Amino acid sequence: MTTIDATARPAPGWTRVLPGGSYAGRSRMLLLRSATAARRTWPAIVSGFAEPVFYLLAMGSGLGSLVGELPGPDGRPISYAAFIAPGLLAASAMNGAVFDATFNVFFKLKYNRLYDAMLATPLGPVDIALGEIGWALLRGGLYATGFLSVMAVAGLITSPWALLALPAALLVAFAFAAIGMAATSFMRSWQDFDLVTLAVLPMFLFATTFYPLGVYPRPLQILVECLPLFHAVELMRGLTTGAVHLGMLGHLAYFVVMAAVGVVVAARRLEALLLR
Amino acid sequence: MAIEERVPATRLAPATAPGWVHGVLLVVESFWRWYRRNWRATAVSSVLQPLLFLLAFGLGFGSLIASRPGAEAATGGVPYLVWLAPALLAMSTVQSAAFEMTYPVLSGFKWQRVYLGMAATPLTGAQIAVGHLVWVAAKMTLTGAVYLVLIAVFGGAASIGVLGSLAAAVLTGAAVAAPVMAFSASREDEGAAFNALFRFVVLPMTLFSGTFFPVAALPAWVQPLAWVSPLWHGTELARAAALGTGTAGAVLGHLAYLAALLAVGTGLSVRAFTRRLAP
Amino acid sequence: MGDGLVQARDLRKRFGGFEAVRGIDVDVAQGEVFGFLGPNGAGKSSTMRMIACVSPRTSGSLQVLGMDPDREGPRIRARLGVVPQLDNLDTELSVRENLEIYGRYFGLPRRHVRAKAAELLEFARLTERAEDRVEPLSGGMKRRLTIARSLVNDPELLLLDEPTTGLDPQARHLLWERLYQLKREGVTQIITTHYMDEAEQLCDRLVVMDGGVIVAEGSPAELIERWSTREVLELRFLPEERPAAGDLERYAERVELLPDRALLYTADGERSQVALHAAGLRPLSALVRRSTLEDVFLRLTGRTLVD
Repeated sequence: MTTIDATARPAPGWTRVLPGGSYAGRSRMLLLRSATAARRTWPAIVSGFAEPVFYLLAMGSGLGSLVGELPGPDGRPISYAAFIAPGLLAASAMNGAVFDATFNVFFKLKYNRLYDAMLATPLGPVDIALGEIGWALLRGGLYATGFLSVMAVAGLITSPWALLALPAALLVAFAFAAIGMAATSFMRSWQDFDLVTLAVLPMFLFATTFYPLGVYPRPLQILVECLPLFHAVELMRGLTTGAVHLGMLGHLAYFVVMAAVGVVVAARRLEALLLR
Repeated sequence: MAIEERVPATRLAPATAPGWVHGVLLVVESFWRWYRRNWRATAVSSVLQPLLFLLAFGLGFGSLIASRPGAEAATGGVPYLVWLAPALLAMSTVQSAAFEMTYPVLSGFKWQRVYLGMAATPLTGAQIAVGHLVWVAAKMTLTGAVYLVLIAVFGGAASIGVLGSLAAAVLTGAAVAAPVMAFSASREDEGAAFNALFRFVVLPMTLFSGTFFPVAALPAWVQPLAWVSPLWHGTELARAAALGTGTAGAVLGHLAYLAALLAVGTGLSVRAFTRRLAP
Repeated sequence: MGDGLVQARDLRKRFGGFEAVRGIDVDVAQGEVFGFLGPNGAGKSSTMRMIACVSPRTSGSLQVLGMDPDREGPRIRARLGVVPQLDNLDTELSVRENLEIYGRYFGLPRRHVRAKAAELLEFARLTERAEDRVEPLSGGMKRRLTIARSLVNDPELLLLDEPTTGLDPQARHLLWERLYQLKREGVTQIITTHYMDEAEQLCDRLVVMDGGVIVAEGSPAELIERWSTREVLELRFLPEERPAAGDLERYAERVELLPDRALLYTADGERSQVALHAAGLRPLSALVRRSTLEDVFLRLTGRTLVD
């Protein structure tokens, strides 16, 4: 038999202080696993890129004909398509990440018992959380790159700042994936996924993707300003139109906090669920 | 006599197979019984989701374009909300038709296997297929009526003609449900194709069928897509009924297209069910 | 026992108000096949999960491979092979990928994993299905793949939770044969089962668990000798003709009355049967058989193991 010493590699030093050993430093093996599985399902994954493009094509030209031009983030008028494109970019980062981190994770957690299988190896809950969030991030990055290219070809990018929209989209996807995964760890059945729809769809529709904040009365505006997608849309719209200002660091901070909270809660909950 | 005492009290004359229509109604009844216990589970997707679209576009987007000349011309002078509402009604039935006829149908054969249970009784594949279709149409009528009340509450119903819009919406939903049912019933896998169906058929259909804006506003090369879309025909019908804008020829044309789709879809479904349940 | 692979003292596991494992002592030595026998809910799986380092103990001490699972979980798991009660194969991957990716979770080099997977496919008799998805495999094939997967890291200790539950007799025998082969190669195994024949076939030593405690311990032969008689006479009567236990006791060392039959524990079943006949008792059927672990369990707990 071929033999090799599988024990030779100890867990990274800092993890020894953690009780139970919840991190083996091998979350990239989950990326390998997802990439291997994706070799068979890539058409379904890649074609997810089409959804925001359909929206852009339909709403940009169709609704655009009803609207004409709108004032951009810096007050200068921009076409309706240029107005919604960054909104759709933010929304697709959210949708892709949330879908991966909720439906797919729930399936692996409850039906496949895939994470149970992983825990029979040196992998721990933190490896699993980081690995799955990382995959959602890669996928989100793929969609964002594709959509930004479409925007560029359609002439909807008016500033070199738009290059930063890609890393910004990745941060947004990371934060939504982390929160989504944390939420999934609390779900009991498929029925609870209606709640995911109830969180994601209103954000998509109301968080200034399709029209500016100004259409709402002030109390509603404050409510919308609390939604994470609103901050993502602001960030993207500023970057793709070149209306960049220091206040955007606030939006970034929003997502950094959201991502950190999500990762911690997701890892803790996974530990509680899997290491009973 | 002792023997008579052993016969169970509730017993009918030897069972016979139900008549064709009666069999269909029995299938409808069994779905209705399930729904009575579980209707809450579908409330979000069938009522709340369309309501959110009504609020976001009818009210939110509507207020953005309220005073713009381009919008007035496109909607024929009526407020955007009133123009949009009948189309959203049709869109909601089409979406719920697509959902109801994909995973639930495959599940009827593969996972929960309710069809297999029914097929073990005197019911035939044709009765089961038609029964499920009738049930879905009935449910669309029910949730569509609820949606219509909400539309009226938010001021989107201009006339009693919206009742005609509801009828048009249900016909459109059924015309989509029937071919989708046939497609699902012929799937042997775990439903991998449904993703593509939603992504490349249902979503573009909802976006490019003149729901949110007139089809004429689209680039010329996209417009022919709308003509094959059952939702476009349904939207035109629903709007004609609500706003009184249709011509007899156009209405008849839309009706004929939807009826043909329904007939062909039903025929294919019956064939697929019969093949799969009684091979 | 310093060189034991597993050593537990007063090991306990509590879930909320329910104590699944209520203070057990276990020692598993290098190279042996050790069994946990008991009905569903006896605490076997909870014990197995604690040994597999995926369930922190509530109290007591536990050493696996000389280390504490609470502190060294990943390092212990790197040297364990685990076959869970329910297959948790990766349905999105092919048969071969299941082995290769799983090996990568252990941090094994790519080249090694590839060679190992080919070898394990042979072992599990799945080489011809290597590129297929997992879903269409039969139950027995999936089980063999799960066992093959657990061997990808050449474990020193193999944990098998109900390895053959739900399999047809042929698939069971093939699995037993594979497990026996592993035993000859020196792999220590811990098996839970509620099948007596499985425990008798596979285990060098076993403990009988019931209600979270160990009620007996020894080799299958020892347990039968200690807690049962050599033979058992099984009798069936018409319900209205069934004698009371007291009437049967004079023909055997011990009598158990089950809903559908009476068990007479005796050194010589034939002789008891003759005596019964002579006394005018006429059972519908009578069967003499050797004692099994089922009888041990019945004796120890007053209940049957599988009903």
